[in-house]
Amino acid sequence: MEITFLAISAIKIFVFTFVITLPMIAYSTYAERRVSAILQDRVGPNRVGIPLTLFGGKKDWKFFGLLQPLADGLKGLLKEDFTPAHVRKNYYWIAPALTAVPAFVTVCVIPFGSEITIFGETVKLVIADIGIGPLFIFAIASLSVYGITIAGWASNSKYPFLGGVRACAQMISYEIALGLSIVPVLMVFGMLNLSDIVNEQAINGWLIFPAWGEGLTNPDTGNFNLGRWLLVIPLLISFFIFTVSIFAETNRMPFDLPECETELVGGYHTEYSSMKFALFFMGEYAAMIVGSALIVTVFFGGWSLGFGLDAKWLMDEAGNWKAYAGLVHLGAFLTKVVAFIVFFVWVRWTVPRFRYDQLMKLGWVVFFELALVNIFLTAGIMWWLAR
Amino acid sequence: MAFIKIKRPELSLSDKLYIPAIFKGLWLTFKHAVKSVRGKSIGSKDLASSGLGITMQYPEQKWDEHLPEYYRGVPALVTDEQDRERCVSCQLCEFICPPKAIKIIPGEIPSDDEWAKVEKRPKEFEIDMTRCIYCGMCEEVCPEQAIYLRQDYAVTGLTREEMVNDKKRLYEIGGKRVGLVNKWNELK
Ligand code: SF4
Ligand code: SF4
Repeated sequence: MEITFLAISAIKIFVFTFVITLPMIAYSTYAERRVSAILQDRVGPNRVGIPLTLFGGKKDWKFFGLLQPLADGLKGLLKEDFTPAHVRKNYYWIAPALTAVPAFVTVCVIPFGSEITIFGETVKLVIADIGIGPLFIFAIASLSVYGITIAGWASNSKYPFLGGVRACAQMISYEIALGLSIVPVLMVFGMLNLSDIVNEQAINGWLIFPAWGEGLTNPDTGNFNLGRWLLVIPLLISFFIFTVSIFAETNRMPFDLPECETELVGGYHTEYSSMKFALFFMGEYAAMIVGSALIVTVFFGGWSLGFGLDAKWLMDEAGNWKAYAGLVHLGAFLTKVVAFIVFFVWVRWTVPRFRYDQLMKLGWVVFFELALVNIFLTAGIMWWLAR
Repeated sequence: MAFIKIKRPELSLSDKLYIPAIFKGLWLTFKHAVKSVRGKSIGSKDLASSGLGITMQYPEQKWDEHLPEYYRGVPALVTDEQDRERCVSCQLCEFICPPKAIKIIPGEIPSDDEWAKVEKRPKEFEIDMTRCIYCGMCEEVCPEQAIYLRQDYAVTGLTREEMVNDKKRLYEIGGKRVGLVNKWNELK
Protein backbone atom coordinates (compact mmCIF):
# COMPACT_ATOMS: atom_id res chain seq x y z
CA MET A 1 0.00 0.00 0.00
CA GLU A 2 2.66 2.43 1.09
CA ILE A 3 4.83 1.63 -1.89
CA THR A 4 2.01 1.84 -4.40
CA PHE A 5 0.90 5.14 -2.90
CA LEU A 6 4.38 6.57 -3.18
CA ALA A 7 4.82 5.29 -6.70
CA ILE A 8 1.47 6.65 -7.83
CA SER A 9 2.19 10.02 -6.23
CA ALA A 10 5.55 10.18 -7.89
CA ILE A 11 3.98 9.41 -11.25
CA LYS A 12 1.28 12.01 -10.66
CA ILE A 13 3.84 14.64 -9.70
CA PHE A 14 5.85 13.88 -12.79
CA VAL A 15 2.85 13.91 -15.11
CA PHE A 16 1.09 16.95 -13.72
CA THR A 17 4.11 19.20 -13.39
CA PHE A 18 6.49 18.07 -16.12
CA VAL A 19 4.13 16.72 -18.71
CA ILE A 20 1.21 19.11 -18.27
CA THR A 21 2.19 22.29 -16.48
CA LEU A 22 5.66 22.93 -17.90
CA PRO A 23 4.65 22.57 -21.55
CA MET A 24 1.62 24.68 -20.75
CA ILE A 25 3.90 27.41 -19.45
CA ALA A 26 6.00 27.19 -22.58
CA TYR A 27 3.00 27.31 -24.81
CA SER A 28 1.28 30.08 -22.95
CA THR A 29 4.22 32.29 -23.91
CA TYR A 30 3.54 31.23 -27.47
CA ALA A 31 -0.19 31.85 -27.05
CA GLU A 32 0.57 35.22 -25.51
CA ARG A 33 2.57 36.25 -28.54
CA ARG A 34 0.24 34.84 -31.15
CA VAL A 35 -2.98 36.08 -29.54
CA SER A 36 -1.56 39.52 -28.85
CA ALA A 37 -0.42 39.66 -32.46
CA ILE A 38 -3.86 38.75 -33.73
CA LEU A 39 -5.47 41.33 -31.47
CA GLN A 40 -3.16 43.96 -32.91
CA ASP A 41 -3.46 42.95 -36.58
CA ARG A 42 -0.02 41.39 -36.62
CA VAL A 43 1.18 37.84 -37.23
CA GLY A 44 3.41 36.87 -34.33
CA PRO A 45 6.01 34.11 -34.30
CA ASN A 46 5.12 31.76 -37.14
CA ARG A 47 8.47 30.57 -38.40
CA VAL A 48 10.28 28.32 -35.96
CA GLY A 49 9.70 24.75 -37.03
CA ILE A 50 11.92 21.91 -38.08
CA PRO A 51 14.65 23.26 -40.36
CA LEU A 52 14.58 20.39 -42.82
CA THR A 53 16.62 22.39 -45.34
CA LEU A 54 19.58 22.14 -42.96
CA PHE A 55 19.49 18.37 -43.38
CA GLY A 56 19.04 18.46 -47.12
CA GLY A 57 15.26 18.59 -47.19
CA LYS A 58 13.34 20.62 -49.70
CA LYS A 59 11.20 22.73 -47.42
CA ASP A 60 11.23 23.67 -43.76
CA TRP A 61 8.34 22.55 -41.64
CA LYS A 62 6.96 25.56 -39.93
CA PHE A 63 4.02 24.25 -37.90
CA PHE A 64 2.79 27.81 -37.41
CA GLY A 65 5.89 28.49 -35.34
CA LEU A 66 4.87 25.97 -32.73
CA LEU A 67 8.48 25.21 -31.86
CA GLN A 68 9.18 28.81 -30.87
CA PRO A 69 9.04 28.07 -27.11
CA LEU A 70 11.72 25.39 -27.52
CA ALA A 71 13.93 27.85 -29.32
CA ASP A 72 13.32 30.40 -26.59
CA GLY A 73 14.17 27.88 -23.89
CA LEU A 74 17.36 26.91 -25.69
CA LYS A 75 18.26 30.55 -26.03
CA GLY A 76 17.73 31.02 -22.29
CA LEU A 77 20.17 28.20 -21.60
CA LEU A 78 22.81 29.35 -24.06
CA LYS A 79 22.90 33.05 -23.24
CA GLU A 80 25.49 34.45 -20.91
CA ASP A 81 24.35 34.33 -17.33
CA PHE A 82 25.64 37.69 -16.25
CA THR A 83 25.82 38.67 -12.60
CA PRO A 84 26.49 42.38 -12.17
CA ALA A 85 29.23 43.24 -9.69
CA HIS A 86 27.03 45.43 -7.54
CA VAL A 87 24.39 42.87 -6.55
CA ARG A 88 24.02 41.03 -3.28
CA LYS A 89 25.01 37.64 -4.60
CA ASN A 90 23.22 35.16 -2.35
CA TYR A 91 19.85 36.85 -2.50
CA TYR A 92 20.31 37.61 -6.17
CA TRP A 93 20.71 33.90 -6.81
CA ILE A 94 17.88 32.77 -4.58
CA ALA A 95 15.25 35.23 -5.84
CA PRO A 96 14.34 33.64 -9.19
CA ALA A 97 13.84 30.27 -7.54
CA LEU A 98 11.70 31.85 -4.85
CA THR A 99 9.39 33.24 -7.52
CA ALA A 100 9.14 30.10 -9.59
CA VAL A 101 8.92 27.43 -6.91
CA PRO A 102 5.72 28.52 -5.11
CA ALA A 103 3.84 28.66 -8.38
CA PHE A 104 4.83 25.07 -9.10
CA VAL A 105 4.11 23.85 -5.58
CA THR A 106 0.54 25.09 -5.74
CA VAL A 107 -0.08 22.78 -8.69
CA CYS A 108 -0.24 19.89 -6.22
CA VAL A 109 -3.72 20.66 -4.87
CA ILE A 110 -5.36 21.41 -8.20
CA PRO A 111 -7.71 18.57 -9.21
CA PHE A 112 -6.92 17.84 -12.84
CA GLY A 113 -9.71 15.32 -13.25
CA SER A 114 -11.92 12.88 -11.36
CA GLU A 115 -10.55 9.36 -11.21
CA ILE A 116 -9.12 6.80 -13.53
CA THR A 117 -8.97 3.09 -12.86
CA ILE A 118 -5.85 1.27 -13.99
CA PHE A 119 -5.14 -2.35 -12.98
CA GLY A 120 -8.00 -2.24 -10.52
CA GLU A 121 -6.43 0.69 -8.73
CA THR A 122 -8.54 3.85 -8.58
CA VAL A 123 -6.38 6.92 -8.91
CA LYS A 124 -7.60 10.41 -8.11
CA LEU A 125 -6.20 12.94 -10.55
CA VAL A 126 -4.86 15.29 -7.93
CA ILE A 127 -1.40 15.14 -6.41
CA ALA A 128 -2.34 16.00 -2.83
CA ASP A 129 -5.98 15.54 -1.94
CA ILE A 130 -5.92 17.71 1.16
CA GLY A 131 -8.84 19.33 2.94
CA ILE A 132 -7.52 22.90 2.83
CA GLY A 133 -7.02 23.38 -0.90
CA PRO A 134 -7.66 27.11 -1.41
CA LEU A 135 -5.94 28.08 1.82
CA PHE A 136 -2.89 26.08 0.82
CA ILE A 137 -2.76 27.83 -2.52
CA PHE A 138 -3.05 31.29 -0.97
CA ALA A 139 -0.44 30.48 1.63
CA ILE A 140 2.10 29.19 -0.86
CA ALA A 141 1.33 31.52 -3.76
CA SER A 142 1.81 34.61 -1.64
CA LEU A 143 5.36 33.45 -0.93
CA SER A 144 6.29 34.32 -4.48
CA VAL A 145 6.22 37.99 -3.56
CA TYR A 146 9.36 37.35 -1.50
CA GLY A 147 11.10 36.31 -4.66
CA ILE A 148 10.15 39.55 -6.39
CA THR A 149 10.90 41.77 -3.42
CA ILE A 150 14.23 40.09 -2.76
CA ALA A 151 15.10 40.32 -6.44
CA GLY A 152 14.36 44.04 -6.34
CA TRP A 153 16.42 44.57 -3.25
CA ALA A 154 19.31 42.30 -4.11
CA SER A 155 19.77 43.90 -7.52
CA ASN A 156 21.01 46.96 -5.68
CA SER A 157 19.90 49.46 -8.30
CA LYS A 158 16.98 51.82 -8.31
CA TYR A 159 14.57 50.49 -10.92
CA PRO A 160 14.48 46.93 -9.64
CA PHE A 161 14.20 48.31 -6.14
CA LEU A 162 11.12 50.36 -7.05
CA GLY A 163 9.66 47.31 -8.78
CA GLY A 164 10.20 45.19 -5.71
CA VAL A 165 8.62 47.76 -3.42
CA ARG A 166 5.62 48.06 -5.69
CA ALA A 167 5.22 44.29 -5.92
CA CYS A 168 5.25 44.05 -2.15
CA ALA A 169 2.60 46.74 -1.64
CA GLN A 170 0.44 45.44 -4.45
CA MET A 171 0.48 41.84 -3.26
CA ILE A 172 -0.50 42.81 0.25
CA SER A 173 -3.43 44.92 -0.93
CA TYR A 174 -4.82 42.35 -3.30
CA GLU A 175 -4.19 39.28 -1.18
CA ILE A 176 -6.79 40.58 1.24
CA ALA A 177 -9.41 40.98 -1.43
CA LEU A 178 -8.46 37.60 -2.83
CA GLY A 179 -8.87 35.86 0.51
CA LEU A 180 -12.11 37.62 1.37
CA SER A 181 -13.68 37.10 -2.02
CA ILE A 182 -13.46 33.35 -1.71
CA VAL A 183 -15.18 33.26 1.69
CA PRO A 184 -18.73 33.36 0.20
CA VAL A 185 -17.77 30.42 -2.01
CA LEU A 186 -16.65 28.42 0.96
CA MET A 187 -19.84 29.38 2.81
CA VAL A 188 -21.95 28.02 -0.02
CA PHE A 189 -19.98 24.79 -0.35
CA GLY A 190 -19.24 24.32 3.31
CA MET A 191 -15.95 22.58 2.56
CA LEU A 192 -12.38 23.29 1.57
CA ASN A 193 -11.34 20.23 -0.37
CA LEU A 194 -11.01 21.24 -3.99
CA SER A 195 -11.75 17.73 -5.33
CA ASP A 196 -14.98 17.58 -3.35
CA ILE A 197 -15.88 21.11 -4.42
CA VAL A 198 -15.56 20.10 -8.06
CA ASN A 199 -17.46 16.86 -7.49
CA GLU A 200 -20.27 18.83 -5.92
CA GLN A 201 -20.34 21.16 -8.93
CA ALA A 202 -20.38 18.25 -11.37
CA ILE A 203 -23.53 16.94 -9.77
CA ASN A 204 -25.31 20.10 -8.72
CA GLY A 205 -24.28 22.74 -11.21
CA TRP A 206 -21.29 25.04 -11.52
CA LEU A 207 -20.99 27.66 -8.87
CA ILE A 208 -21.97 30.64 -10.98
CA PHE A 209 -24.02 28.71 -13.51
CA PRO A 210 -26.13 26.09 -11.68
CA ALA A 211 -28.26 25.05 -14.64
CA TRP A 212 -28.73 21.40 -13.67
CA GLY A 213 -28.98 19.14 -10.59
CA GLU A 214 -29.87 20.99 -7.42
CA GLY A 215 -29.65 24.24 -9.32
CA LEU A 216 -32.97 23.46 -10.98
CA THR A 217 -34.79 21.34 -8.43
CA ASN A 218 -34.63 21.96 -4.75
CA PRO A 219 -33.86 18.65 -3.03
CA ASP A 220 -36.20 19.55 -0.14
CA THR A 221 -39.25 20.72 -2.02
CA GLY A 222 -38.73 19.38 -5.54
CA ASN A 223 -39.56 22.80 -6.97
CA PHE A 224 -37.42 25.15 -9.03
CA ASN A 225 -34.55 26.26 -6.82
CA LEU A 226 -34.87 30.04 -6.87
CA GLY A 227 -32.69 30.45 -3.80
CA ARG A 228 -29.72 28.84 -5.47
CA TRP A 229 -30.04 31.27 -8.39
CA LEU A 230 -30.34 34.17 -5.97
CA LEU A 231 -26.98 33.16 -4.55
CA VAL A 232 -25.45 33.60 -7.98
CA ILE A 233 -25.48 37.40 -7.48
CA PRO A 234 -22.98 37.52 -4.62
CA LEU A 235 -21.06 34.68 -6.21
CA LEU A 236 -20.69 36.68 -9.41
CA ILE A 237 -19.31 39.56 -7.36
CA SER A 238 -16.95 37.08 -5.73
CA PHE A 239 -15.91 35.81 -9.12
CA PHE A 240 -15.22 39.32 -10.32
CA ILE A 241 -13.12 40.31 -7.33
CA PHE A 242 -11.34 36.99 -7.37
CA THR A 243 -10.45 37.24 -11.04
CA VAL A 244 -9.21 40.81 -10.75
CA SER A 245 -7.16 39.90 -7.69
CA ILE A 246 -5.63 36.96 -9.53
CA PHE A 247 -4.62 39.41 -12.25
CA ALA A 248 -2.96 41.51 -9.59
CA GLU A 249 -1.37 38.47 -7.93
CA THR A 250 0.20 37.31 -11.16
CA ASN A 251 1.49 40.81 -11.94
CA ARG A 252 -0.16 40.92 -15.29
CA MET A 253 -1.59 43.86 -17.14
CA PRO A 254 -3.36 46.01 -16.02
CA PHE A 255 -1.56 45.37 -12.74
CA ASP A 256 1.99 44.88 -13.92
CA LEU A 257 3.30 47.83 -11.95
CA PRO A 258 6.28 45.87 -10.55
CA GLU A 259 7.81 45.45 -13.98
CA CYS A 260 6.18 48.10 -16.11
CA GLU A 261 8.65 48.61 -18.91
CA THR A 262 7.79 52.20 -19.62
CA GLU A 263 8.68 53.45 -16.16
CA LEU A 264 11.00 50.94 -14.58
CA VAL A 265 13.01 49.54 -17.51
CA GLY A 266 12.18 45.94 -16.61
CA GLY A 267 11.18 46.33 -12.98
CA TYR A 268 12.46 43.77 -10.52
CA HIS A 269 14.18 41.65 -13.16
CA THR A 270 16.12 44.46 -14.83
CA GLU A 271 19.48 43.11 -13.66
CA TYR A 272 18.76 39.50 -14.55
CA SER A 273 19.74 37.65 -17.65
CA SER A 274 19.52 34.26 -19.32
CA MET A 275 17.99 31.42 -17.30
CA LYS A 276 17.50 33.45 -14.15
CA PHE A 277 15.37 35.87 -16.08
CA ALA A 278 13.59 32.93 -17.70
CA LEU A 279 12.77 31.60 -14.24
CA PHE A 280 10.98 34.85 -13.37
CA PHE A 281 9.17 34.56 -16.61
CA MET A 282 8.20 30.97 -15.95
CA GLY A 283 7.09 31.88 -12.45
CA GLU A 284 4.78 34.53 -13.84
CA TYR A 285 3.24 32.19 -16.37
CA ALA A 286 3.00 29.33 -13.89
CA ALA A 287 1.17 31.67 -11.54
CA MET A 288 -1.13 32.59 -14.38
CA ILE A 289 -1.87 28.95 -15.11
CA VAL A 290 -2.48 28.08 -11.47
CA GLY A 291 -4.65 31.19 -11.17
CA SER A 292 -6.71 30.17 -14.19
CA ALA A 293 -6.94 26.63 -12.84
CA LEU A 294 -8.15 27.95 -9.49
CA ILE A 295 -10.80 30.16 -11.05
CA VAL A 296 -11.97 27.27 -13.19
CA THR A 297 -11.96 24.87 -10.27
CA VAL A 298 -13.87 27.09 -7.92
CA PHE A 299 -16.28 28.93 -10.20
CA PHE A 300 -16.57 26.92 -13.40
CA GLY A 301 -16.86 23.37 -12.18
CA GLY A 302 -13.20 22.36 -12.57
CA TRP A 303 -13.00 19.17 -14.58
CA SER A 304 -16.76 18.60 -14.87
CA LEU A 305 -18.34 18.58 -18.29
CA GLY A 306 -21.41 20.28 -16.87
CA PHE A 307 -25.05 20.22 -17.90
CA GLY A 308 -25.52 16.89 -16.15
CA LEU A 309 -23.41 15.18 -18.78
CA ASP A 310 -20.96 13.78 -16.24
CA ALA A 311 -23.65 11.61 -14.65
CA LYS A 312 -25.15 10.65 -17.99
CA TRP A 313 -22.01 9.69 -19.90
CA LEU A 314 -19.26 8.94 -17.46
CA MET A 315 -20.93 7.16 -14.53
CA ASP A 316 -22.04 3.54 -14.28
CA GLU A 317 -25.34 2.56 -12.65
CA ALA A 318 -23.83 2.31 -9.19
CA GLY A 319 -22.80 5.96 -9.37
CA ASN A 320 -19.07 5.30 -9.76
CA TRP A 321 -16.91 6.96 -12.39
CA LYS A 322 -16.14 4.78 -15.37
CA ALA A 323 -12.52 3.74 -15.84
CA TYR A 324 -11.75 6.38 -18.44
CA ALA A 325 -13.81 9.19 -16.87
CA GLY A 326 -10.69 10.84 -15.53
CA LEU A 327 -9.19 11.28 -18.97
CA VAL A 328 -12.31 12.95 -20.34
CA HIS A 329 -12.36 15.19 -17.30
CA LEU A 330 -8.70 16.01 -17.70
CA GLY A 331 -9.47 17.14 -21.23
CA ALA A 332 -12.42 19.25 -20.09
CA PHE A 333 -10.33 20.83 -17.34
CA LEU A 334 -7.44 21.70 -19.63
CA THR A 335 -9.82 23.16 -22.21
CA LYS A 336 -11.34 25.46 -19.62
CA VAL A 337 -7.93 26.48 -18.30
CA VAL A 338 -6.69 27.25 -21.79
CA ALA A 339 -9.79 29.34 -22.42
CA PHE A 340 -9.00 31.31 -19.28
CA ILE A 341 -5.38 31.77 -20.25
CA VAL A 342 -6.53 33.20 -23.56
CA PHE A 343 -8.81 35.50 -21.59
CA PHE A 344 -5.85 36.63 -19.48
CA VAL A 345 -3.92 37.40 -22.64
CA TRP A 346 -6.88 39.18 -24.16
CA VAL A 347 -7.24 41.44 -21.14
CA ARG A 348 -3.52 42.14 -21.04
CA TRP A 349 -3.54 43.44 -24.58
CA THR A 350 -6.68 45.48 -24.10
CA VAL A 351 -6.58 47.28 -20.79
CA PRO A 352 -3.88 49.87 -20.20
CA ARG A 353 -1.89 49.89 -16.99
CA PHE A 354 -3.32 51.58 -13.91
CA ARG A 355 -1.59 54.46 -12.26
CA TYR A 356 -0.07 53.47 -8.96
CA ASP A 357 -2.44 55.46 -6.75
CA GLN A 358 -5.42 54.16 -8.72
CA LEU A 359 -4.19 50.66 -8.13
CA MET A 360 -3.91 51.18 -4.40
CA LYS A 361 -7.26 52.92 -4.23
CA LEU A 362 -8.90 50.14 -6.17
CA GLY A 363 -7.44 47.54 -3.87
CA TRP A 364 -8.08 49.14 -0.51
CA VAL A 365 -11.14 51.31 -1.08
CA VAL A 366 -13.13 49.31 -3.62
CA PHE A 367 -12.30 45.63 -3.59
CA PHE A 368 -11.59 45.24 0.10
CA GLU A 369 -14.95 46.79 1.07
CA LEU A 370 -16.83 45.10 -1.72
CA ALA A 371 -15.51 41.70 -0.68
CA LEU A 372 -16.45 42.35 2.94
CA VAL A 373 -19.97 43.49 2.05
CA ASN A 374 -20.28 40.52 -0.24
CA ILE A 375 -19.67 38.11 2.62
CA PHE A 376 -22.52 39.65 4.57
CA LEU A 377 -24.74 39.65 1.51
CA THR A 378 -24.13 35.95 1.00
CA ALA A 379 -24.69 35.25 4.65
CA GLY A 380 -27.93 37.24 4.52
CA ILE A 381 -29.25 35.36 1.54
CA MET A 382 -28.27 32.02 3.00
CA TRP A 383 -29.89 32.87 6.31
CA TRP A 384 -33.05 33.98 4.52
CA LEU A 385 -33.13 30.77 2.49
CA ALA A 386 -32.58 28.56 5.49
CA ARG A 387 -35.49 30.07 7.37
CA MET B 1 -20.74 88.47 -30.67
CA ALA B 2 -22.57 85.75 -29.02
CA PHE B 3 -20.95 84.01 -26.16
CA ILE B 4 -21.37 80.30 -26.06
CA LYS B 5 -20.79 78.83 -22.70
CA ILE B 6 -19.30 75.40 -23.00
CA LYS B 7 -19.99 73.07 -20.18
CA ARG B 8 -17.24 70.89 -18.90
CA PRO B 9 -18.39 67.36 -19.71
CA GLU B 10 -19.16 65.45 -16.58
CA LEU B 11 -18.35 61.83 -16.14
CA SER B 12 -21.43 59.70 -15.96
CA LEU B 13 -21.70 56.85 -13.50
CA SER B 14 -20.79 54.31 -16.13
CA ASP B 15 -17.68 56.33 -16.98
CA LYS B 16 -16.67 56.42 -13.36
CA LEU B 17 -17.17 52.70 -12.91
CA TYR B 18 -14.50 51.87 -15.53
CA ILE B 19 -16.11 48.50 -16.09
CA PRO B 20 -18.25 49.36 -19.14
CA ALA B 21 -15.21 50.97 -20.71
CA ILE B 22 -13.19 47.82 -20.10
CA PHE B 23 -15.85 45.70 -21.78
CA LYS B 24 -15.96 48.14 -24.67
CA GLY B 25 -12.23 47.79 -25.00
CA LEU B 26 -12.44 44.02 -24.91
CA TRP B 27 -15.09 44.11 -27.61
CA LEU B 28 -12.93 46.38 -29.74
CA THR B 29 -9.88 44.14 -29.54
CA PHE B 30 -12.11 41.14 -30.17
CA LYS B 31 -13.39 42.73 -33.35
CA HIS B 32 -9.81 43.36 -34.41
CA ALA B 33 -8.97 39.73 -33.73
CA VAL B 34 -11.87 38.44 -35.82
CA LYS B 35 -11.03 40.72 -38.70
CA SER B 36 -7.35 39.89 -38.39
CA VAL B 37 -7.98 36.14 -38.57
CA ARG B 38 -10.26 36.52 -41.57
CA GLY B 39 -7.64 38.64 -43.30
CA LYS B 40 -9.96 41.63 -43.41
CA SER B 41 -8.14 44.05 -41.13
CA ILE B 42 -8.45 47.64 -42.08
CA GLY B 43 -5.79 48.41 -44.64
CA SER B 44 -4.83 44.82 -45.26
CA LYS B 45 -5.53 45.19 -48.96
CA ASP B 46 -3.44 48.30 -49.45
CA LEU B 47 -0.61 46.79 -47.50
CA ALA B 48 -0.84 43.47 -49.38
CA SER B 49 -1.25 41.47 -46.19
CA SER B 50 -0.42 37.80 -46.06
CA GLY B 51 -3.87 36.95 -44.76
CA LEU B 52 -3.27 37.43 -41.02
CA GLY B 53 -3.51 40.98 -39.82
CA ILE B 54 -1.91 43.54 -42.08
CA THR B 55 1.56 42.02 -42.09
CA MET B 56 3.40 40.99 -45.20
CA GLN B 57 5.52 37.83 -44.92
CA TYR B 58 8.82 39.27 -45.99
CA PRO B 59 11.08 36.95 -47.85
CA GLU B 60 8.16 35.21 -49.54
CA GLN B 61 6.23 38.36 -50.33
CA LYS B 62 7.94 41.54 -51.33
CA TRP B 63 7.04 45.15 -51.50
CA ASP B 64 8.97 45.63 -54.76
CA GLU B 65 6.13 46.65 -57.03
CA HIS B 66 5.14 49.30 -54.52
CA LEU B 67 8.60 50.85 -54.42
CA PRO B 68 8.40 54.45 -55.63
CA GLU B 69 10.44 55.70 -58.59
CA TYR B 70 12.68 57.70 -56.32
CA TYR B 71 13.48 54.80 -53.99
CA ARG B 72 17.10 54.94 -52.90
CA GLY B 73 18.60 51.46 -52.88
CA VAL B 74 22.06 50.23 -53.72
CA PRO B 75 24.23 52.74 -55.60
CA ALA B 76 25.56 51.29 -58.83
CA LEU B 77 27.35 52.30 -62.01
CA VAL B 78 25.54 52.34 -65.33
CA THR B 79 26.61 51.98 -68.92
CA ASP B 80 25.06 53.70 -71.88
CA GLU B 81 23.19 52.03 -74.70
CA GLN B 82 26.41 50.99 -76.44
CA ASP B 83 27.84 49.46 -73.25
CA ARG B 84 30.35 52.25 -72.82
CA GLU B 85 31.29 53.22 -69.30
CA ARG B 86 29.80 56.54 -68.42
CA CYS B 87 32.04 57.13 -65.44
CA VAL B 88 35.06 59.32 -66.14
CA SER B 89 36.52 58.71 -62.67
CA CYS B 90 36.42 62.37 -61.74
CA GLN B 91 36.15 61.16 -58.15
CA LEU B 92 33.56 63.76 -57.22
CA CYS B 93 31.39 61.03 -55.74
CA GLU B 94 34.33 59.70 -53.75
CA PHE B 95 34.85 63.09 -52.19
CA ILE B 96 31.21 63.90 -51.55
CA CYS B 97 30.31 60.55 -50.05
CA PRO B 98 29.66 61.36 -46.38
CA PRO B 99 30.68 58.00 -44.87
CA LYS B 100 33.52 57.54 -47.38
CA ALA B 101 32.09 54.40 -48.88
CA ILE B 102 33.49 54.89 -52.35
CA LYS B 103 37.03 54.10 -53.42
CA ILE B 104 38.11 54.87 -56.97
CA ILE B 105 41.42 54.19 -58.69
CA PRO B 106 41.32 56.20 -61.90
CA GLY B 107 42.75 54.81 -65.07
CA GLU B 108 43.72 56.41 -68.32
CA ILE B 109 42.16 55.62 -71.66
CA PRO B 110 45.01 54.86 -74.06
CA SER B 111 45.44 57.40 -76.84
CA ASP B 112 44.80 54.86 -79.58
CA ASP B 113 41.32 54.21 -78.20
CA GLU B 114 38.34 55.38 -80.16
CA TRP B 115 37.23 57.41 -77.16
CA ALA B 116 40.62 58.73 -76.16
CA LYS B 117 38.94 62.12 -76.02
CA VAL B 118 37.27 61.10 -72.75
CA GLU B 119 40.75 60.54 -71.23
CA LYS B 120 39.81 58.69 -68.04
CA ARG B 121 37.77 55.81 -66.79
CA PRO B 122 37.90 54.01 -63.46
CA LYS B 123 40.37 51.17 -63.10
CA GLU B 124 38.87 50.16 -59.80
CA PHE B 125 35.58 51.32 -58.39
CA GLU B 126 34.51 50.00 -55.03
CA ILE B 127 31.51 50.87 -52.90
CA ASP B 128 31.55 49.46 -49.40
CA MET B 129 27.94 48.65 -48.58
CA THR B 130 28.68 48.33 -44.86
CA ARG B 131 29.46 52.06 -44.96
CA CYS B 132 26.97 53.40 -47.50
CA ILE B 133 24.05 55.24 -45.98
CA TYR B 134 22.01 55.44 -49.19
CA CYS B 135 22.03 59.21 -49.10
CA GLY B 136 22.14 59.60 -52.89
CA MET B 137 24.84 62.28 -52.83
CA CYS B 138 26.91 60.35 -55.36
CA GLU B 139 24.03 60.30 -57.81
CA GLU B 140 23.45 63.98 -57.22
CA VAL B 141 27.02 65.05 -57.76
CA CYS B 142 27.99 62.91 -60.74
CA PRO B 143 28.56 65.14 -63.79
CA GLU B 144 28.17 62.21 -66.19
CA GLN B 145 25.03 60.58 -64.84
CA ALA B 146 27.14 57.49 -64.29
CA ILE B 147 26.09 56.44 -60.80
CA TYR B 148 22.52 55.79 -59.74
CA LEU B 149 20.78 54.44 -56.68
CA ARG B 150 18.90 51.38 -57.83
CA GLN B 151 15.94 49.67 -56.23
CA ASP B 152 17.81 46.73 -54.70
CA TYR B 153 17.65 46.83 -50.93
CA ALA B 154 18.40 43.29 -49.77
CA VAL B 155 22.17 43.56 -49.39
CA THR B 156 23.59 40.61 -47.51
CA GLY B 157 26.94 39.03 -47.08
CA LEU B 158 28.69 36.71 -44.68
CA THR B 159 31.96 38.67 -44.55
CA ARG B 160 32.96 42.30 -44.80
CA GLU B 161 34.69 41.59 -48.10
CA GLU B 162 31.44 40.27 -49.55
CA MET B 163 29.76 43.55 -48.72
CA VAL B 164 32.12 45.54 -50.95
CA ASN B 165 30.77 45.90 -54.47
CA ASP B 166 33.60 46.02 -57.01
CA LYS B 167 33.41 47.54 -60.46
CA LYS B 168 32.17 44.42 -62.20
CA ARG B 169 29.43 43.91 -59.67
CA LEU B 170 28.45 47.58 -59.80
CA TYR B 171 27.91 47.43 -63.53
CA GLU B 172 25.97 44.21 -63.10
CA ILE B 173 23.59 45.87 -60.66
CA GLY B 174 23.46 49.11 -62.55
CA GLY B 175 22.77 47.81 -66.00
CA LYS B 176 22.10 50.09 -68.91
CA ARG B 177 20.73 53.58 -68.92
CA VAL B 178 19.76 55.36 -72.11
CA GLY B 179 19.87 59.07 -72.55
CA LEU B 180 22.05 61.78 -73.97
CA VAL B 181 25.54 61.99 -72.60
CA ASN B 182 27.56 64.83 -74.04
CA LYS B 183 30.97 63.38 -73.80
CA TRP B 184 30.31 60.83 -76.55
CA ASN B 185 29.54 63.65 -78.97
CA GLU B 186 32.51 64.16 -81.32
CA LEU B 187 31.76 67.82 -81.80
CA LYS B 188 31.47 68.89 -78.20
S1 SF4 C 1 30.59 57.99 -60.89
FE1 SF4 C 1 30.32 60.05 -61.64
S2 SF4 C 1 31.09 61.32 -59.94
FE2 SF4 C 1 31.81 59.27 -59.56
S3 SF4 C 1 33.82 59.24 -60.49
FE3 SF4 C 1 32.44 58.45 -62.03
S4 SF4 C 1 31.89 60.26 -63.21
FE4 SF4 C 1 32.80 61.02 -61.34
S1 SF4 D 1 24.62 56.82 -51.56
FE1 SF4 D 1 25.67 58.26 -50.26
S2 SF4 D 1 26.80 56.94 -48.86
FE2 SF4 D 1 26.18 55.62 -50.53
S3 SF4 D 1 27.90 55.65 -51.92
FE3 SF4 D 1 26.53 57.28 -52.61
S4 SF4 D 1 27.30 59.12 -51.59
FE4 SF4 D 1 28.20 57.37 -50.55
